[in-house]
Amino acid sequence: MRPVGELWVYLAANPLLHLTLTLLAYLIGYRIYRRFGMNPLLNPVVIAIVILVSLLVATGTSYERFFEGAQFVHFLLGPATVALAIPLYNQFDRVRKSAGPLLAAVVLGSLAASLSAVAIAALLGAGPEIVASIAPKSVTTPIAMGIAEQLGGLPSLTAVLVILTGVAGAMLGPPLLNLLRVRDWRARGLAIGVAAHGIGTARAMQVNEVAGAFSGLAMGLNALATAILLPLVWSWLF
Amino acid sequence: MIESLTLLLVCQLAGEVIVGLFRLPIPGPVLGMVFLFAGLLVRGGVPQAMQTTAGTLLSHFSLLFVPAGVGVMLHLGRLEDAWLAIGVALIASTLVAVAVTALAMLGLERLAGRRGSPEGGPS
Repeated sequence: MRPVGELWVYLAANPLLHLTLTLLAYLIGYRIYRRFGMNPLLNPVVIAIVILVSLLVATGTSYERFFEGAQFVHFLLGPATVALAIPLYNQFDRVRKSAGPLLAAVVLGSLAASLSAVAIAALLGAGPEIVASIAPKSVTTPIAMGIAEQLGGLPSLTAVLVILTGVAGAMLGPPLLNLLRVRDWRARGLAIGVAAHGIGTARAMQVNEVAGAFSGLAMGLNALATAILLPLVWSWLF
Repeated sequence: MIESLTLLLVCQLAGEVIVGLFRLPIPGPVLGMVFLFAGLLVRGGVPQAMQTTAGTLLSHFSLLFVPAGVGVMLHLGRLEDAWLAIGVALIASTLVAVAVTALAMLGLERLAGRRGSPEGGPS
């Protein structure tokens, strides 16, 4: 038999290990989430991230090494985003009927998300670099990173803030909507998609197809609205 | 399955190419979604195989955010330094965005004379 240390060196350098760990961590998160009746506070993404970060820190594994395995999962984000066209198509009649209010709500939500984040972060004493990195945090990752760069933020910090925002929206959005007595699946999906991009959409999709379709649409429209409006507003403000 | 997956990738690739060529302010996959959506409108329906493949991919959409989310470990130091400002700003602004969007949509729809039909909701 080979010494365990040698086997670890071999496995740790192989993408198989971290790909498998990514799936296992998610499945554990998903089991817990299901067990507790899909409670939004037990978001499977959060549970998986906590498990994986703890494991990587404990074993002294770098994020780059981890990503060599996890990239295969990460890659599917592109085709899955394209696939959002299908629920959108299935729900198109509902979308078309309220196109005007829907577009206006996305623009208002987009401005509310970025400007309130900027105002609060600045008031609480965050530096200009962090404030600029936080501004596009409700937008889906690749476009948020581009906007942050334009505003003078740190794109890699923005990527993390985007994920944290998505998680916050997926966890706290549904209870807030219950509190506000918003029962309409279309409005619920739209709000989660604007505030919490893909992670919110993932949660909406698991709960209801109408909400999922509106959330995916809101995510795309919000990316567009924020990419156009935020740099303009920024040039007036600063 | 393979045909549907190929079609998804073709749409994504077309999106990336157009975004790159014209420096558009949206992600390639989002434009790819627009292309696929337009194709479905022209065709007038979703092929069964595509419905299945998309269903499989989207039922665990959240799994796909895990690798990027683990990137949090790269910024633990910076987050620790400004955790209060960042935490409060992220959570409060997210709640503001959820409330503004949902209430704006319902309010504007009511103003426009209730053209949309409300859709049930969680009990």
